[in-house]
Amino acid sequence: MMDAQKRHSGWSWWYLLFVIQFAVALWPPLYNKIEPTLMGIPFFYWFQLLWVIVSAVFTAVVYFATSD
Amino acid sequence: MQDVNWIALSIFVVLFAFITWLGFAAAHWRKGDLDQLHEWGLGGRRFGTVITWFLVGGDVYTAYTFIAVPALAFGAGAIAFFAVPYTIIIYPLLFLVFRRLWHVCSKHGYITAGDFVRGRFGNRWLALAVTVTGIVATMPYIALQLVGIQVVIGALGISGTGFTADLPLLIAFVVLAAFTYSSGLRAPASIAVVKDLLIYVTAVAAVIVIPIQLGGFAKIFAAVPAQKLLLAVPGPNTTGSYSAYATLALGSAMALFLYPHTLTGILSASSGHAIRRNAAMLPGYTFMLGLLALFGFFVIAAGIDKLPEYAAGFKQFGNNFAVPALMLHSFPSWFVGVAFAAIGIGALVPAAIMSIAAANLYTRNIHREFINKNPTDKQESHMAKLVSLIVKVGALVFILFVPTQYAIQLQLLGGIWIIQTLPPVMLGVYTRWFNSWALLAGWAVGTTAGTLMAIATKLTPTFPLHVGSHTFPGYTAVYTVALNLLVAIVLTPVFNAMSSQRAPVDETVAADYRA
Repeated sequence: MMDAQKRHSGWSWWYLLFVIQFAVALWPPLYNKIEPTLMGIPFFYWFQLLWVIVSAVFTAVVYFATSD
Repeated sequence: MQDVNWIALSIFVVLFAFITWLGFAAAHWRKGDLDQLHEWGLGGRRFGTVITWFLVGGDVYTAYTFIAVPALAFGAGAIAFFAVPYTIIIYPLLFLVFRRLWHVCSKHGYITAGDFVRGRFGNRWLALAVTVTGIVATMPYIALQLVGIQVVIGALGISGTGFTADLPLLIAFVVLAAFTYSSGLRAPASIAVVKDLLIYVTAVAAVIVIPIQLGGFAKIFAAVPAQKLLLAVPGPNTTGSYSAYATLALGSAMALFLYPHTLTGILSASSGHAIRRNAAMLPGYTFMLGLLALFGFFVIAAGIDKLPEYAAGFKQFGNNFAVPALMLHSFPSWFVGVAFAAIGIGALVPAAIMSIAAANLYTRNIHREFINKNPTDKQESHMAKLVSLIVKVGALVFILFVPTQYAIQLQLLGGIWIIQTLPPVMLGVYTRWFNSWALLAGWAVGTTAGTLMAIATKLTPTFPLHVGSHTFPGYTAVYTVALNLLVAIVLTPVFNAMSSQRAPVDETVAADYRA
């Protein structure tokens, strides 16, 4: 009963992962720097590419943790 | 211009011929009655996780994206990378909002955003506003895809005057129009698979081979001027390039799935599960787009723009020639053929989906709503096929006779216009609280303000918002959709109080939005 209610409220705490995803992606001061470089690539570029992967993992976690 | 590159041209033509055959053969794939609009225009809602991945990928990461994002990196530097946060934050939106939209559309047989708004709010004029906005925003987008084809055809060394110069584009266009007409959404869905394989091969090869040729990433980035390498740190009393970067990403993300072609891609999925899975899998493209953006820096590091053999191309196509020139410079001819075919075919996929989406909108939300209220299935699908042709001819005429710059500027305006449909569509998925006339008023205010602001900034995307002594440069679309929403919120209780009659019936119920 509790379970059914929870599902139908439409909100899951797992969605907080999306909030983190948004906040980091939309806060340029966090990553607008050269150092540390990775294989010669400035932080600005490799961090955002890394964040793509992290975000995909977050979304996958939410996918498995919440049901439709 | 350089001579015709026969090897590259042959490969290009062979791959093009293959996808032409595939486009026509697609009519028989997962066979359905193409005389029904949802079969022709949504592929019968039969696409599983994998095909949806290719289809939505083909929608979001278009040929123009592959040309324009590296071109922006080449010309303006770090700001071009906004495409990465933009394509990061679209997926939670897909996961949460558009899955709900898929469910309700599937349950009620809605094919377009206009269908949904009509059913949800019972206001045909609000649905019309959403529909017209969708069609108008899509037209320049199709034109830009044709620009993508034009650039690679030019780079293959085909040039001429008058009719012969336009002939290759005309051929590509006829192919596109014919298979879209006969196969509907099944054509771009099957071609998208080929296109993606080619794009991936090209991107992976380029990102491995070219840095080796140029002596490593450290050398490449050392060649990029300092002011292009990072966003400019904002001065006092302004949020400068930081707010511009973040709002460009946010606004582009909010606008993306409101476009008719992306919605068509989503609605053709066979289940809500397919949508949710794709939200986790589609970032694979985002990663590739980030790598492609770096191509702009490869061009700078290799000094390609200064080589005499590419001067004519840069003169004709501007920075959009950066990627084709990089391919010509770095790869043997046969591989250039593969890469250019990837871009050319990459233009056909979204162009086909866009024309289908615009046709669905016209047929369902203008023709059926206002002209012929009770069409047969056959009449409806014929009308859609015809409109898809008209839309494409319009785009072709535009590209042949109007300077490319106008298409780019109109596409920018299109982004500002399409985001104005956010309150009825994206918020409508969650709430029926808004008064539909208040939503229409918000739409009108947002559209007008956005157009005026864009003109005031000479058709550049960001508007310098002044508050007191502070300046907040930001994407015009974000500012104006906020204004739109404010108007809708303020006017909703006012209009509700003024009108004595009950609110029109909402066709949908809460359970329709879930599995």
